[in-house]
Amino acid sequence: MLKIENLQVAYGGIQALRGISLEVPDGKIVTLIGANGAGKSTTLRTISGLVKASSGSITYDGTELLGMPINKILEAGIAQVPEGRRVFANLTVLENLKAGAYLRKDKDGIEKDIQWVYELFPRLQERSWQLAGTLSGGEQQMLAVGRGLMSRPKVLMMDEPSLGLAPLVVQGIFDIIREINRQGVTILLIEQNANMALKTADLAYVLETGRITMTGTGAELLADESVKEAYLGKKRK
Amino acid sequence: MQGLLPYLINGVSVGGQYALIAIGYTLVYGILRLINFAHGDVFMVAGLIMVYSSATMPMYLSIPLVLILTVVLGFTIERAAYKPLRTAPRMSLMISAIGVSYLIQNLAFYFTGGLPQPVTNPIPWISENVTVFGESTKRVTLVTPILTALLVVALVYFINHTKIGMGMRAVSKDFETAQLMGIKINSVISMTFVVGSFLAAVGAMLYFTNYPSVAITSGGMPGLKAFVAAVFGGIGSIPGAVVGAFLIGISEELIKGLGYSTFSDAFTFALLIVVLCVRPTGLFGEKVTDKV
Repeated sequence: MLKIENLQVAYGGIQALRGISLEVPDGKIVTLIGANGAGKSTTLRTISGLVKASSGSITYDGTELLGMPINKILEAGIAQVPEGRRVFANLTVLENLKAGAYLRKDKDGIEKDIQWVYELFPRLQERSWQLAGTLSGGEQQMLAVGRGLMSRPKVLMMDEPSLGLAPLVVQGIFDIIREINRQGVTILLIEQNANMALKTADLAYVLETGRITMTGTGAELLADESVKEAYLGKKRK
Repeated sequence: MQGLLPYLINGVSVGGQYALIAIGYTLVYGILRLINFAHGDVFMVAGLIMVYSSATMPMYLSIPLVLILTVVLGFTIERAAYKPLRTAPRMSLMISAIGVSYLIQNLAFYFTGGLPQPVTNPIPWISENVTVFGESTKRVTLVTPILTALLVVALVYFINHTKIGMGMRAVSKDFETAQLMGIKINSVISMTFVVGSFLAAVGAMLYFTNYPSVAITSGGMPGLKAFVAAVFGGIGSIPGAVVGAFLIGISEELIKGLGYSTFSDAFTFALLIVVLCVRPTGLFGEKVTDKV
């Protein structure tokens, strides 16, 4: 289980996270929803080791992750699909997948996982030799997710996978998230598309200006009046 | 036309030497977006090391020594002067590079006493005279383009077909995401300095075989011209740097052959201005399609 306790993060004088605590149980889909600037991305970036925390703890199965180098955190089984896809536009689709497996040495295993990703996203196989920069937005998102899976993570963190995608494509991405989860990968999902995220998640947290203000199952929060008003665009009756 | 042939041959050779330096500029730019102003001085130091080592030890020791020491120098420069500035604005990095350039020249001044060091023991086989098409020239003139071509092919293979090469390309696109893949960006950056310095060392050994001495300013001109070659070809692109270097080397020598020696340097720098005005991305400027 990935566990965050009283995590505080400050960027140049601005307190981005004011002591948040949350749990990501194994095998579940957990979502973190909130408005722009609430600290969702900061949370993921701190777990990945890109951002230094000022205090608190992040543990995975009891091992402290704070202070570990980025590659060790990845080795511990936690991968991130960054916001805005960030595929390597100058690499081919296949190379992007191989880059995702950069730390792995088991050639056969990597080959098998490439096939696994191609089964999840047949479109990527068709485009295997294309430069990633020539893919459409939706295909780039598939590639970013596939690349994230290539390290064989136990926990896959996704930062706004639906950002800028057409509704039909978003549906496809969420179907895949469920499918990946069904195959045993724990998911920590950040979304502005609260509706989709809450429908998909087993457990949800609401983050507001650096604090967790609400928690519950996806269904519970979907039904909550204040969540409806603030994140789902529905007026109170 | 017959009269121009030796100049053409010479130009190809000079072009090869420029190419070996230009790759160092373009590799580092590709990753750090930094014009490494100290690169020409690294080239000069390689020349000095060659002069000193070849005077005191046999070739089979001095050549590897030049390569190793130059690589260590390039690696050290990056660790000491550029790595601490990883998150600083690019301007700071550039100023640091200029500082390193002057530091190296002044250290070289201290060691040489400011006197040009004569190349007393040039590398034997390549400094012998041979006759090509009825013209006498040093063998290095013929060896340079061949060696350059081999090294470029090896480098392109390294970058396009090895894991660390793929890591370099990934890092050149996006530091942060590369880190998320577990790629250690510091090792990748060091690697580009190692490769660039290695090629500069090879270039220096070939270049100074043709010259009577190495002075502390000897890195300036070839360094600048190689930089122009890298910009002309499209900085960041390896084929660009190589093509640019050969075009500049050949043009310079042909201009000399036509009797306008005075203008051969001016031509190169005029070319730089024209390229920057007309086609700032150069011949093979990196323009990867990226739909967002």
